Amino acid sequence: MSAVWTAIVALCVATASMKAIGPVSFGGRKLSGRAASVIALVAPALLASLVVYETLNSGGRGIEVDARVVGLAAASAALALKRSMLTVVAVAAVATALTRAIA
Amino acid sequence: MAQHSSVRAGVRAALPLGPPTFLLGASFGVLARPVMGWLAPMVMSVVVFSGAAQFAALSVLAAGGAAGAAIVAGVLMNTRWLPMGFAIGPSLPGRAPARAAQAQAIVDASFVMASRGDGTFDRGMLIGATAVQGAAWWTGTVVGVLAGPALPDPEKLGLDAIFPAFYLALLVSEAHGRRALLAAAIGAAVTAALMPVAPVGLPIIAACVGALVGLRRG
Repeated sequence: MSAVWTAIVALCVATASMKAIGPVSFGGRKLSGRAASVIALVAPALLASLVVYETLNSGGRGIEVDARVVGLAAASAALALKRSMLTVVAVAAVATALTRAIA
Repeated sequence: MAQHSSVRAGVRAALPLGPPTFLLGASFGVLARPVMGWLAPMVMSVVVFSGAAQFAALSVLAAGGAAGAAIVAGVLMNTRWLPMGFAIGPSLPGRAPARAAQAQAIVDASFVMASRGDGTFDRGMLIGATAVQGAAWWTGTVVGVLAGPALPDPEKLGLDAIFPAFYLALLVSEAHGRRALLAAAIGAAVTAALMPVAPVGLPIIAACVGALVGLRRG
């Protein structure tokens, strides 16, 4: 099997297992109050992390500051103006593309 | 079965994510075609269905890396499903195989939209929102692969900035209250601090420590 197909099969199995382990071991349980308050905060912590990661990742270890930062700033402005999700992502893409065209 | 009304609500809530997900799928297709051929990217988008992991594995393969290195990169990106699975697990009913099947609907945006903010999750919302993104991701990949040579470079169009803008918009709409904002600030800081030194993926999983703010009283 080629490297490409080996990678696809392995990632399929690994992804499905990682998604399933939590629900298989902790399905349909009643949560304690403290567990519930921690779980409720996983989403915001993870989202903020993804914003940082997707803005600065260099495709490997390390940080790369490029036109995406301008795109994110433009998206923040659109969010401050209470624009829709679609407008926000469009503004980010356009601002990033323009910055790359100029730079 | 999940409530039909909440599945529909999930589909409706996720509709704005359709176009950006489609564009990201298309950019994956465009970039993957020269490296993986035409069939493999389409299959990968169905059976792996994870943008971050697919782009990570692709960048290794494109650089001439071995299968093992591509798998490690993809798996590291996806280890965040572990803490997310543990968080959502108690909200999924049924026997173990049914729960494992429902767990496949966990993706970033759906996880956040399904979170009720009290530690429980709406699984109809999870499934509905994922259906929209799955359809958009796969059709995007197919279009990207087939039209690839005719399409411009996704980076020139700024499509890579869609990811962070999309997560920021979700964060603004979902993070309410002081504790959520504190958890978000810790998550962002941990990721930024680890990115220069830690292997791919780890800075994202480590950000989950921000959720421990929930142990504080009040």
